[in-house]
Order: sequence, then C-alpha cells, then structure tokens
Amino acid sequence: MAAVLTRDIVKKFGEVPAVNGISLTVPDGEFMVLLGPSGCGKTTFLRIICGLEQQTSGDLLIGGHVVNDIPPRARGVAMMFQSYGLYPHYTVRNNIAFPLRTQRVPREEIQKKVDWASRLLGIGHLLDRRPRQLSGGERQRVALARALVREPTALLLDEPLSNLDAKLRTLARQEIKNFQQSVGLTTVYVTHDQVEAMGMGDRIAVIDHGRIRQVGTPTEIYEDPADLFVATFVGAPPMNVVTHNGGGYLGFRPENFLPRNMIEDGGATEFSFRVDRSEYLGSERIVYGVIADFDSSQPITAKLPPAHVAEASIHPGEWHRFAVKNSALRHFDAGGNRNTRH
Amino acid sequence: MSSPVSRSLRETGFFLGVTFFVILAAFPFYWMVITAFKQNSDLYDITNTPFWFNEPPTLEHIKYLFEQTLFTRWLLNSLVIGLCVTAITLVTAVPAGYSLARMTSRKGEALGIMIFLTYLVPPTLLFLPLSRIIAVLGLQNSMWSLVLVYPTFTIPFCSWLLMGFFKALPVEIEEAAIVDGCSLFGAFIKMAIPLSVPAILTVVIFTFTLTLQEFVYALTFVSSSDQKPITLGVSTDLIRGDVFFWGEIMAGALIAAVPVAIAYNLFLDRFIAGITGGAVK
Repeated sequence: MAAVLTRDIVKKFGEVPAVNGISLTVPDGEFMVLLGPSGCGKTTFLRIICGLEQQTSGDLLIGGHVVNDIPPRARGVAMMFQSYGLYPHYTVRNNIAFPLRTQRVPREEIQKKVDWASRLLGIGHLLDRRPRQLSGGERQRVALARALVREPTALLLDEPLSNLDAKLRTLARQEIKNFQQSVGLTTVYVTHDQVEAMGMGDRIAVIDHGRIRQVGTPTEIYEDPADLFVATFVGAPPMNVVTHNGGGYLGFRPENFLPRNMIEDGGATEFSFRVDRSEYLGSERIVYGVIADFDSSQPITAKLPPAHVAEASIHPGEWHRFAVKNSALRHFDAGGNRNTRH
Repeated sequence: MSSPVSRSLRETGFFLGVTFFVILAAFPFYWMVITAFKQNSDLYDITNTPFWFNEPPTLEHIKYLFEQTLFTRWLLNSLVIGLCVTAITLVTAVPAGYSLARMTSRKGEALGIMIFLTYLVPPTLLFLPLSRIIAVLGLQNSMWSLVLVYPTFTIPFCSWLLMGFFKALPVEIEEAAIVDGCSLFGAFIKMAIPLSVPAILTVVIFTFTLTLQEFVYALTFVSSSDQKPITLGVSTDLIRGDVFFWGEIMAGALIAAVPVAIAYNLFLDRFIAGITGGAVK
C-alpha cells in the first residue's frame, strides 16, 4: 500500500488535452473518487496512474517514487476495468492466480492466496468455472479478487459497477467499500455516478474538461461547492441557480427551498414561487416551477418532505410563498466561482 | 397468413434452388471421381454414356500414378511447400494483423488498406519481376522459389483477416494482463493468441489450400519434374503433346483434394467463426 501523488499531469491526444494539469494527492489507505461527466478525462487520468497511457508532461509518484517511466507491470498497482477484462480462456482460479504467476510466486503460495481472496469475496465455489459461465455480479467479484490477490500498492477502479443492475449495484457498493476499509487499501475510483461518489468516497475530486474543479469530502463537495459546475453536477435534482445582483449567481439546494411557514424565524430569504408541476417519489415530492423577479436557465425545483407538506397545499399554477434560510444560500461571482464574502 | 398451398410452393422452390446449386457445385467432383476409376476403353468410347461406369471400375490409373510417375514426390513437394509457406505466413501475419488492429490512428488504417491492396495485384503482373529476384537468388527451377513467392499473396490477405479478428477482441483483456504483470509481448502471447485460435486455424487452412492449388507461379519458376508441386506435375507430366492421360489426371486431382476436403469439414465451425470474426460470439 502506498500514497499516490500526481503533479501537474497533462495528457494530449494530438492537440486536444484530455487531462489538463491535474495535481492530486491520495494519502495511503484513502478511498478517492474521481467524479465527472463522460469525456471529462477521469478515465484517461486513471490509465496514466496505472501506466496504460503515458502522460505528455507532469510527474506521477507512487509510494514516494517517481514512476513516470516505469512500465505498468512494475508499478504494483491493480486495475479493475469497466468490462472487468477477465481472461475468457482461463478458469476463475487461473484468472485470480494470473498476477501472482507473472511474478513467479511459488505454487503453494499462489494456492494459499487464491484461497484467501476467493474466500474473502465468497467465490470459492466458482473457482473451476470460466468467466462466461458467471453472472455479472460474480464476474465483478472475480475481477476484484484478481485485483487484490497480489496486495497491490493501489487499487484503481474504472466504473466497476456500471454493468450491474440497480439492486446489485447498491450491494456491490457496500461490499467494495467494506472491503476497502478492512484491507485499508489506497483506492482511486472513477465514476460519473454521484451516488456512488458520495456514498463511497473518503474524498471526491470533481473533474471537468481535464481539470480538477474541487477536491473534498462528500460533505464539503455538497455543502460548499467551489463553483457553479460542482454545484450543479452534484446533487439530484441539482442546486437551483438564479442570477443575482447583475453579474453574480445565487444558489440553493432544492431541499432547502421550502414553504415559508416551514422555516423557523431567523434569517431567511423569501421568494414567490409559481408551481408548474409536481412529482411524488414516495420519500419526497419534487416540485418544479419558476420564481418571480429572478432569472434562471433551468426550472427551479423544490424537494419537499411529503410527511410535512400536504399535497393539497401545493396548487399547480398558483404562486406560493417559499423561502431559503440565509445560511443555506450560496453566492457565486460572475465567473461562476464561489464568493465566500457572504 | 399464408395458405398451405403457397407455403408448399415456396418450400418446393427453395429445395429446387438448393438442388440446382448442389448439382452445380458437386458435378465436377463427381466427374473427377468416376473418371479416376474408369477403364481407358470405357473412357474413350464415345458411344458410352459418360455419366456412369459402362465397364467395371479399375485402380489402374492410381497404380500408374504411383509406379510410373513422380506422383509421390509431387505430393511430398506440395506438402513441404504448404507447411513452409503456412509457417512463414503465421510468423509474419499474426504479429502484423495484431499491430494493425491495435494501431488505431489513421496511419494504421491506411497501412492496413495498403497491405490489402497488394493482394489485389494479379500474379500474371508479378511473375516477371519476381522471376528476376528468383534468378538473382539462384533459386531457378527449385521448389524453394515457391516457398519464397507464395507468401507474397498469403501474407497480405491473412494479415487483413487476422486484423479484423483482433479488432473484435476486447482490448481490456490485454490491458488487464499488462497491469497484472505482463509486457506488451507477453499479453500478446498469453491473451491475444490463445483467444484467436479460430482465426489462426482459418489462416492455416486458407494458406495451405492456396499454395496447394497455385499454378501460375509454379509453371513459371519450376520445370524439372522432381521439383514440381502436385498441381503442376499432374497437369504437365500427364499431358504429353496432345495426349491427355485423363484417368491419371483425375486420380491425381482426387488424391490431392481428399485431405483438404476432410480438413475443411473437421474445422468447418471454427473456420466460419474465423471468417466472420467476433460477429458470431
């Protein structure tokens, strides 16, 4: 296990920069999530860490050593691919044993470690099958076992859950996180799914257009977004953003945008909110509409707790008095960056 | 809904069509087989019906082939040429196809197309310049000249065929191997090659058949009887002036064709998988 550190990594394909100067420190044992939309450069960055791509410039350090020119096989990292990349012509046992065989580990030790890894992930009964005979969830565990078996310096995961169905995904999320905590492995996890990022990451790096927009704990990312991109990328529905004071922007989360009477006194900003449409989702009610006197490119949303707001009190087409606590308002300047003076 | 009448009409039409093409494809083989076993007096009597035996079948043509001609030698020559050309083709086309498949830039694609274009140049244009090369190398009138020349048309086609197959292999498998401790070459040997066995088998059969049936280059570069491959030996040494030894020619062709037909049938499924690349997986 080792810390992973990058200094100003740039990767250009032709003239197009895919990664545009990323500096990131992942301390030993941390679960770091790289979160960003498709094509933002997060997978390229991960491939640079494991050595499948060579950066155009910048330094990469694993465990304190510069590994820029070290081939992937000598970096000691393990990678789990989106499609798992299992070896179809090998049995599960040989798939898991492969990283040890390439390092000429003695036979008895391979046996012992394969048993250890397969027991840990509960795939002991599958050892003699081939990958095509496994379900999606089983394949994912085999891939994870193969990644762990040689006790890598760092574990790199590239959207490992995207091939699983929704129910299995929740389960696998727990498993990977539990497992990472029990082994204490430095992990870099790439995803475009903010639920995965928020639920699993010790810290999250939000990436857009090859640059890091913000690095922080899930709470920091959600509560104190560094700019409008982070504010609107994280959160479902995203933060409401309205133009304010000429050039600036005002942001507030849908769950903080409530009927005036639900907010106890003490510093709140009131809005006139015209409800257009409402969606009942069981645990919450999402209400869409517009607010008076402010411009917004998106419809304004409010996330209301159905237990406290009766359906009858929200009438589509009518204006309602809503408000946001001042402490929940986020101010951004004309360039979209967080304005911390407020 | 189609009525029973129109359905049975359609089926009849289908089977008539299939029968027509089966006859069209199989008739030459049938002709070859009966001619190989017909007595000469039966063969050359124009009053006989030519489609069946009018006198008892005989093995005399086959006996003549093995006893009075260099037929065994030609068979052996063809086998040696076939094996050498197949080996040369595999050693060059497998890495070439792999590199072309993994070179995703525009240059890689252009190179692939250029290699394929060389396959389209007909041998009748090439044998003049090639004969100069053969002469310079001192390989005139030797079967080894064919071992040198045949790869010029097997390698381009096989590289192209293998390129298509390698492109269909998910690159993650090799990348996983590379991260797991292999070099690029190790990943190629341990992952790409075992997974492309159907395509490699296709290349083997294809190359072997092409060299077995090649005629123009053999006729140009080889004239001694003991250096001839089977195609050339049968059709030159068994035609003397305007006398055709039809029985022996057909017997020779039959003996050369049977092993190939068996090989094709044994590997038919894999062969189809190889030709269609990853499409049927």
